[in-house]
Amino acid sequence: MVGVSERAQAAAESEAEPATETDAESATTDASETAADETTDARTPVTTGAQSVVRSLENAGVEHCFGVQGGAIMPVYDAVFDSELNHYMMAHEQAAAHAADAYGIVAGRPGVCLATSGPGATNLVTGIADANMDSDPMVALTGQVPTEFVGNDAFQETDTTGVTAPITKDNTFAASSDRVGDDVGEAFALAATGRPGPTLVDLPKDVTQGDTDREPGPATPPDTYHVQERAPADAVQDAARTIEDSNEPVLLFGGGVIKGDATEAAREFAKEYEIPVVTTMPALGSFPEDHELSLEMGGMHGTGYANMALTHTDCLIAVGCRFDDRLTGGIETFAPDAEVVHIDIDPAEISKNVEADHPLVGDAGTVLTQLDAAMDEQPSATKWRATCKQWQSEYPMDYAAPRDEPLKPQFVVEAYDAATSDDAIVTTGVGQHQMWAAQYWTYTEPRTWVSSHGLGTMGYGLPAAIGARIAADAEGKEDAAVIAFEGDGSFLMTMQELAVAVRENLDVTVAVLNNEYIGMVRQWQDAFFDGRHSASDYGWCPDFAKLAEAFGAKGIAVEEYDEVADAVQESVEYDGPAVVDFRVDPAENVYPMVPSGGDNGQFALAEDQL
Amino acid sequence: MSDESTDDAQRAAGESTDDAQRAAGESTDSTQRTGDESHDETVAPRARADHRREGLEGPTPGERPVPRGKRNSQGIRIDPEVEAEREPRRAVISVLVAHEPGVLSEVSSLFSRRQFNIESLTVGATNDPERARITVVVEEPDPGIDQVEKQLRKLVPVISVRELDPDAVRRELAIIKVDAADPSEVAAVADMYDARTVDASRETVTVEVTGSRQKIEGAIDTLGQFGVREITRTGTAAQARGTDSTAGTPPAETTGQTEAAAAATDGGEPADAAGASDDGEPKDATVDDATTEQA
Ligand SMILES: Cc1ncc(C[n+]2csc(CCOP(=O)(O)OP(=O)(O)O)c2C)c(N)n1
Ligand SMILES: [Mg+2]
Repeated sequence: MVGVSERAQAAAESEAEPATETDAESATTDASETAADETTDARTPVTTGAQSVVRSLENAGVEHCFGVQGGAIMPVYDAVFDSELNHYMMAHEQAAAHAADAYGIVAGRPGVCLATSGPGATNLVTGIADANMDSDPMVALTGQVPTEFVGNDAFQETDTTGVTAPITKDNTFAASSDRVGDDVGEAFALAATGRPGPTLVDLPKDVTQGDTDREPGPATPPDTYHVQERAPADAVQDAARTIEDSNEPVLLFGGGVIKGDATEAAREFAKEYEIPVVTTMPALGSFPEDHELSLEMGGMHGTGYANMALTHTDCLIAVGCRFDDRLTGGIETFAPDAEVVHIDIDPAEISKNVEADHPLVGDAGTVLTQLDAAMDEQPSATKWRATCKQWQSEYPMDYAAPRDEPLKPQFVVEAYDAATSDDAIVTTGVGQHQMWAAQYWTYTEPRTWVSSHGLGTMGYGLPAAIGARIAADAEGKEDAAVIAFEGDGSFLMTMQELAVAVRENLDVTVAVLNNEYIGMVRQWQDAFFDGRHSASDYGWCPDFAKLAEAFGAKGIAVEEYDEVADAVQESVEYDGPAVVDFRVDPAENVYPMVPSGGDNGQFALAEDQL
Repeated sequence: MSDESTDDAQRAAGESTDDAQRAAGESTDSTQRTGDESHDETVAPRARADHRREGLEGPTPGERPVPRGKRNSQGIRIDPEVEAEREPRRAVISVLVAHEPGVLSEVSSLFSRRQFNIESLTVGATNDPERARITVVVEEPDPGIDQVEKQLRKLVPVISVRELDPDAVRRELAIIKVDAADPSEVAAVADMYDARTVDASRETVTVEVTGSRQKIEGAIDTLGQFGVREITRTGTAAQARGTDSTAGTPPAETTGQTEAAAAATDGGEPADAAGASDDGEPKDATVDDATTEQA
């Protein structure tokens, strides 16, 4: 609507007065409050836009960030040099974005990544899109060519805000040195507030190099941004009556339970009203999978019992989930007998895919507490719970593992679970190995499962492990193991980041479930393309253990069942990055499986049922 | 629900493969599976060394109970006997936005990426220099119109969104250039539609007509007899009637966002609801039947 120069002028004109004491206090979050109080006077005043960018990050409590240098972002890096921020220099910007994303998942605060203009920014794109699909809090700061060159196809110019508009919660082209610190603060607040998501600030070099003495204000979202925290009381009452009157209730926890820090409220609600719990994949860890009410994960590769319960429930209480097609299968057959109570902080998720009979917009924990207060009694579901138990025994997740056949990948997942504590963090690539990691690890704690769900990005595992390790250390969980389950294909996409893990001596274990196949694709080809293995058979893979050694990491190769326990032990105990190349059965498939658009209740247990 | 308490061994034996028979022959009680062959339970509790099969165990899809109900493709529970989808309708949605760069592209890219069916989109200034108004006409079934409004509200520069009542004032404008073979006839027809002649040359007459879509379509149709050379049309500009406010200017107290403000609207109304979405009811009106006064 208005051009860049007009915008710059407008921004200059609308320059807000410095925030007063009261403004700052009422609006800041806990983290930034303390930081701002301690430091505003003590630290050297800002003199450039770049310094105000960094100051804004410090004010927001940022301690770690990930990125790659380059021309247009150099002024910002120059300011980082003098700051308290720990910067991790990644090998590739995609990995910087994944690391920041994983940091956000584990720490519960936005992760920050930096990249230069042009290729730096476009390399971030996959990681930003990934964070956007999974509603992960993240802030991306990209360099840009100087404002006067914008639009002229200058060297390393990309329309970064244009490219990232559809894959960010919001993005901003910084227009003035005086305002740029506030732009970053706003981006940080937006990433974390309401439904989280990635935000981006594009930083033209003249803006970051330009003079300013303006200290950025506290991180607050823009005026036009609204979040509804509580659901309307009458809607809550209606929902409570429906739940009480149901006989076959199911709680479906989505990633929003974890992101909204509603795990405690959600667990209490399930236990108090004795309602069986299914989780979506992003919600692994929201409810302890070893609890008797847990039916574990539902959806395409969910457990048989979870999918039976989803199909036969008469009251589905969904919390913080968006009814993704990998969960619902065909919408026509999804929970077809259920009245749906849908709790979500994003009104646009209500009735987007599945009509909500009881829409409860608000913060997950707050609404669950409201709902709890409105409930007078448990639903009468004794028989239903027994039915769910029966399904659990009818559809066991036991897998055949004869010793004279090649090593089963599920065995490796179980072995790592057994060798690590409950707070161990699992990250994954994308493919069969990801599904086995989801199915055969028993998740009991939130923020211990770090994966690429909505976008399904191969190569996520190692960079995510790096971000997760740094976040875990920052959260005082130095003793929690970080295990990246990778496929051979996925690992090949981002394995260069081993250089970072070795350089920073990060204690991460990469367990490659190496089937020498693009295994998930091979499984689909066997089921749906007459077994024609077009471009899915590697036939040859590099020696991952030797490669690890070349990077300076520990490398181990395993082929036999009897070697597994020792290799697991050795890799977990090794203080630094270790890579274990598990040569697993290339023929193993992931089951149960609901084919795309299929009926959840008709999940296949073997290929002949597809 | 599943009173067909299936016996593991029976079921496995029913599948006539060698593997299944082998499995069936063995005890299903895992505690009895000891000996050299089994795996260490503390390492991999779910590994079955004595099983040789593809996939997992359990009743086959055909053996499972099936639910009674069904949803339609819009995710709405329906009577399986009567297949019903909601029909598309035309809605005029007024959006108040911050007057800043990129807003129009954000809004229009939202429509394309979410595959919303959009008929027209207009944008223009308001009496507040920091705000602009976008008027979109969409054609969608009801759940879709709801989604359009909600997705628009999610865009950060969007201040408020509402669907206008059927009786709202709606205007389009068209500039129509026709052959000037018979200028007085053209003038007579133009007159019928309150159209003004805005340009004339030896060969052409150009008229401007304003009004409802219906009226403009009528004018174009009738002027067609003179040979239309060019037409330029705008989308719909629309405004609520009387004291009712179009995509409202939110009262001052709702412009502060964050927890504090949200908590203040404790009743659970979205903070922007005040002037924005007072008409939760679906409307059946279309643009065509809405504005009739100028005909
Ligand atoms: C970046 C990217 N490219 C392609 C795909 C499509 N894809 C999904 S799974 C898969 C195979 C992954 O192979 P591998 O990492 O070896 O895992 P496996 O399935 O063998 O365990 C592919 C190619 C994807 N998800 N992401
Ligand atoms: Mg593989």
